[in-house]
Formats: sequence, C-alpha cells, structure tokens
Amino acid sequence: MSSLAVRGGRILDPSQGLDVVGDVLIVDGRVAAVGRDAGRDAGEVLDAAGLWVLPGLVDVHCHLREPGLEHKETIETGTMAAARGGFTTVCCMPNTEPPLDTPALVRWVRERAAQAGLVRVLPIACTTRGREGRELADLAELAEAGAVAFSDDGEPVADPALLRRALEYASALGLPLVEHCEDKALSREGVMHEGWVASRLGLRGIPAAAEESAVARALALAAETRGHLHVAHVSTAGAVALLQAYRARGARVTAEVTPHHLCLTHEAVMGTGESPGGLAYDTNAKVNPPLRTRADVEACLEGLAQGAIDCIATDHAPHALEDKLCEFDLAAFGISGLETALALCLSLVHEGRLSPSRLVEALTIAPVRALALDRHVPGLGTLAVGAPGDVTVVDPQREWTVEPERFASKGKNTPLAGRRLRGKVVCTIYGGRKVWQE
Amino acid sequence: MPAWKRHHLLDLDELAPEEILLVLDTAEAMREVLSREVPRVPALRGLTAVNLFYEPSTRTRASFELAAKALGADVVNIAAEQSSVRKGESLLDTVRTIEALGAQVLVMRHWQSGAPYLAARHTRMHVVNAGDGWHAHPTQALLDIYTLHRHLGDLRGRKVVIVGDVAHSRVARSNAWGLTALGAQVVLCGPPTLLPVGLRPGEDEAAAMPSVQVEVDLDRAIEGADAVMALRLQRERMEGGLLPSLREYVRLYQVNAERLARARPGALVMHPGPINEGVEIAPEVAVSAQSVIQEQVTNGVAVRMAVLYLLTGAKA
Repeated sequence: MSSLAVRGGRILDPSQGLDVVGDVLIVDGRVAAVGRDAGRDAGEVLDAAGLWVLPGLVDVHCHLREPGLEHKETIETGTMAAARGGFTTVCCMPNTEPPLDTPALVRWVRERAAQAGLVRVLPIACTTRGREGRELADLAELAEAGAVAFSDDGEPVADPALLRRALEYASALGLPLVEHCEDKALSREGVMHEGWVASRLGLRGIPAAAEESAVARALALAAETRGHLHVAHVSTAGAVALLQAYRARGARVTAEVTPHHLCLTHEAVMGTGESPGGLAYDTNAKVNPPLRTRADVEACLEGLAQGAIDCIATDHAPHALEDKLCEFDLAAFGISGLETALALCLSLVHEGRLSPSRLVEALTIAPVRALALDRHVPGLGTLAVGAPGDVTVVDPQREWTVEPERFASKGKNTPLAGRRLRGKVVCTIYGGRKVWQE
Repeated sequence: MPAWKRHHLLDLDELAPEEILLVLDTAEAMREVLSREVPRVPALRGLTAVNLFYEPSTRTRASFELAAKALGADVVNIAAEQSSVRKGESLLDTVRTIEALGAQVLVMRHWQSGAPYLAARHTRMHVVNAGDGWHAHPTQALLDIYTLHRHLGDLRGRKVVIVGDVAHSRVARSNAWGLTALGAQVVLCGPPTLLPVGLRPGEDEAAAMPSVQVEVDLDRAIEGADAVMALRLQRERMEGGLLPSLREYVRLYQVNAERLARARPGALVMHPGPINEGVEIAPEVAVSAQSVIQEQVTNGVAVRMAVLYLLTGAKA
C-alpha cells in the first residue's frame, strides 16, 4: 500500500465547493481522504504550506503531433510538457499523420501514452474520414477504441449537412462533437485578425465574422439535432454572445477558450518595439483562431466568468523552429501553451479579473463536465474520495521568466518568451506518483 | 555632412521629421552630383551592395543600382526566380549567404510584408527595404516627398490625396507616415473594398497609425488638394469581388482633367509607376505640365544615393 500526503496547503476543489487549508491523502493511486491532518500517517509527505493544492488540471484540447509529426512533438515530450504545466489529463486532437480516424490508431495513441507513463491521454478521434470533411468516420468503433470525443480540429466540418449528420450520430453515442468553427471562404489566406494591426503591418486578415458565422451555423444545427456540440477555442465577442443566446434557449452546447485568447491581443504580432524597425512580425503570435482585439478578449473573459464559456483549454500547438522562423505568411499557426497556461491565467486572478475558484474550476471540473469525461474516468477533475490521485501543487506567488528553450515541449513557439509571470506549478502528481517536481 | 544613426531603413514610421529633412537635403546634394559631367562621387568605394529582389521591378532596382554605382560601390543583383530560391533555399539562408559573400548593404524587395524585418534581425548588413508586400516602400515615399518638397517647399498644411488600391499599397502606407510626420494633410481615397480595415483608430490605438482622413468620393477628396498621387491598380482586384469592373473604377477614381480642376491650380499629379495606361490617370493628364511622374523617377536615384550614403555613414 503506497500513500502520499500533500500537507498543509490551500485545497481548492470547486467541484465540491471546497476551499480549505488541509491535507490530501492519496493511497494506491486514489484520493483517500481530504481535510485537516488527513495525511498525518502517510508514507510519503509533500509539504504544501503556503501553496495551492488543486485537482490535477485537465486540458481538453492539445496537439501531441504523434504519429507523423514527431519533429514538432511526441507523446512523450508533450505529456512531459503537460506535467510541467500541472496537467494530469489531456485530450489530444486527431490531426496527426495519418489522422486518428481508425480504431487501431486510437489504441496506438493510448498505448504510447501508457508507455511514456507521464499523464493520462484521452484521444479525440476524427469526425470525418481522413479529416477530409466528406464522409463520417467509423464513430462507434472509434468510441469503442477509446475516443472520448470527435473533431476535425484544424479544419471545420465545412459541409453543414454533414455536420448535422455528425451531430446526430455522435449524439446517439453520447459523445460530444468538438467543432473548429471557421468559415474558410471568409478566412482564406488570412494570417492574423483583420483589424488595424493587420492594416498597419500589411498582412491579410481573418475577419471575426469567419468565426461568428460558423459558430452561428453550428449552434443552429446543434439546437435542431439536440446533439452535444463543444465549440473549440472561442475568440470573438460575437461567438460569446451567440453561445449565451443558445444556452439560454437550452441547447446542449459547451465551449472552451485558450489562455492566450484571454490575455493577449493582435498587438502581440507587432511585438514590444525592440526589434529592428520597431515591428516584430512575431510569428510566435500567429495562431488560428488569431489573437483579436481588446474588446474580444474582454468578452471572452466575461463569457468565462459568467459561464457562456465553460472551461479553459490550451490548444497547445507545438512547432519545430523552422516552421516559425520564416516569413509571416509561411509560418505555421500555433502557440506552444501547456507550460505557461496556468501562470498566464493566474495573471487574471492577480489583477482581480477572475476569481481563484472560477479559474480552478475552468481547468478542472468544468472541462470534465463539458466533454462528459467522468463517464470514462469517474471522479476526474475532483478531489472527492475515490477520485484518481491526480493533484497539482501551485505556488501562486512564485515569479519566473518564460524561457522557451527550457520547455519540455519540442515546441518553443510562444509569444511569451522573456515574459515575467507570477504563479508556478511546483509539483504534479498523477495516480499518486510525482510526475513533475521542481 | 552629419551622419545618420540608423542601421537599417525599413519604413518611415520610425523617422523623426528632422531625419526625413536630412534625407531631402542630402538628396539635393546628390542631384548636383548627378548633374555633373562625370556623375560620380566615391563615397561608397570598396563597399558592396546586393539587390535581392523576390518580385520583378524596373524602376526601383535600376534606380538602386545606379545610385550605388554613382557612389562608387560594387553592385550585385540577385533575382529570386533565377537563384537558389528556386531550389527551396529559405530567406534567412539566402541572407546569410549574401553576408558571407562580403556584402555590407542588402537592398531587399519581397512579396511578403515583414520579410526585411526578419532579415534585419538576423544580419549585420544594412538592410534597405525596397518594398515588402503591402507594407512599406520607404525610398519611394522619400522620393515622392522630395518631389513634393522641390515644388511646394514646406509641406506643413499641404493637402495630398492618395487615390487607388490603398489597402494593398505599400506606397500609400509609407507616404502616409512620411507626409504626416512633416505636417502634411493626407487623404486616402478609394473604393470601400480597397481601403484598409481599421484605418481610423479607436482611442487606444491613436499612436499606432498615422492620422489620415479616409474618403470614398474622389471628387470630394480632391477639393483644394496640392497634389494627387494615383496608385497602380492591379487587375487581379477584379477577382474576389473587390471591384465590379475596370470601367466602374475609371469612372469613379480616375484622375482626369475634370477632377483635377477641383484641386488647387497647378496641383501636382504623381504616380509611383508602372502606370496602367488609361486607368489610374487620364492619358492627357499623365503627360500634362502638372504631371511630375518622370521627375519622380529621376529623383529616385538621388534619393537612393542619399539613403545609401546616410545609412553607411560614409564620409565624402
């Protein structure tokens, strides 16, 4: 019998409305007791005085790049990055090469993750065969193999008739459809948000309407089919308003937002003015959906606080150096975000714009509820007795500088390089085992 | 002659008014050099300038080549489509190769906005932006401003209308920065689909964009103008619904004699070239006494000589 106690920290478990100072006792990989002195007799003790003790964080949207894109990331390096970022469960997207559209590949990903042994990986499988948007993939077989949701992420399901069928079919399986809402005809060749920064820099823009119109369409279909739609990476005020409206009408809709869409604007592409010419054309700020205006950022934050958006998901998108060190148009889209997500979001707490409990909820029980993950892993995202022994220990005041070259992720592509953040994961425990410790 | 402190010339947005005026003064001196029987001064002798052009060009490239040679520099021309770029060599590798060959000045034209900024971060050579995508064309704007200055003197309060495909124009952008820095009143005019999004900034964006007026009606915009600059219209704009037809564009936005009559008498007519005959400017206006289009080209060599001279901090 192995036991580990995390003692004397501030335990924040929004799923139980818990905010107390005490111990979390993990026995044989499961939460055995929570409370004052609950860990007194444990075999191994971790002193968490002055620190926050959270359920292991859950990221429902990340890209592990394996199979096929191992130069950008592998399941091993990606899960190491997750552990460093405090995430004990990640859902990986299927836009690999080949894409995860067969049961064999879904099983393969789960086995690779088990081999790496670092954190829990729950695969998301393709909605359509080959992610080509023409035919449904074998959704039931994929579910049987362990897929927890479906998505063609990176691409929308552009044909609304097919999206409708996908929603109907997935709904019968009780699994959500995670949709990347983007009208490609409107966003065509755009490389950043269509606004004054794009005009200033002479770059082709992606209008907000490219997302909003696609969200509107997807929501209408979700309402009609009563399927479960989960809107990926919301970035516009318009999308937030639509989510509010449809939720009020009772549609089965959930949504996520990334840390960068809560904290950064399109001005990040210009940089801080220190590079030659004063304009950075920072490809590390090139992401899809793009970083948008302050009004959009405010709306997303408000949406998260009020519940129009359920949870935070990183959309961790690692790339190799050469994919970003080039002309802006040619650079790949994506931000490597697992290792900075919590700290970046904590800045909102430090500024008083988001409560600690709502932040923790948005990274633990809320994503679990959004994708109904507790069907697959009971107790996930909580510190209830019997739940998996996944715990994240955070020093909310520790200051540190973002140094991408020291990331565990192969993806060093972050617009936060050199930035000073306050709040750091000091220990990540998965199944009662420390998978990361400072 | 006072030396500049700049290492690169990427756009005019960073230049203080005094720096622009220094270029104009230096260009005037270079114009004098060009008028000599042997139009040469060895200020840049021993220096190598490379023209790296990823887009075709007549004026700008020849102009830079003549400018560098007039100053005694050695010039190498690399046209991307005839270089190892065709074999897939990246921009940064190309730039590093040129630096390794011993060049000190890199004059770059690229279809991608921001490309010279990327290059400048990875080289010790002086980078001169000869046009990057839609973004900037600082030497064109400088020669436009020099031309205006020769005719109008102090540009403060002068009204300059820039008409055409503003959204995709690096000439319009650089001119907007340079002219507003010198106190001119700039009006950008064109069909709504060809005007940049977000040009008129909100309160928190005031410092990031030059303060220009935007107008879709050319007849209104051109009232009392001291100069009107027509931009080249690319025929591809008819695709993708940006313009219904050439005919409609000509009817609404061509700089013709009737419209020009609404400007100040003797207002200058300009165009960065190459001109689409019969489109942006009515033929008789293009060759009229008010047109300074050929003079712009001539001034281009003097202005580029001034830029090369100031950037390399050469002593005459």
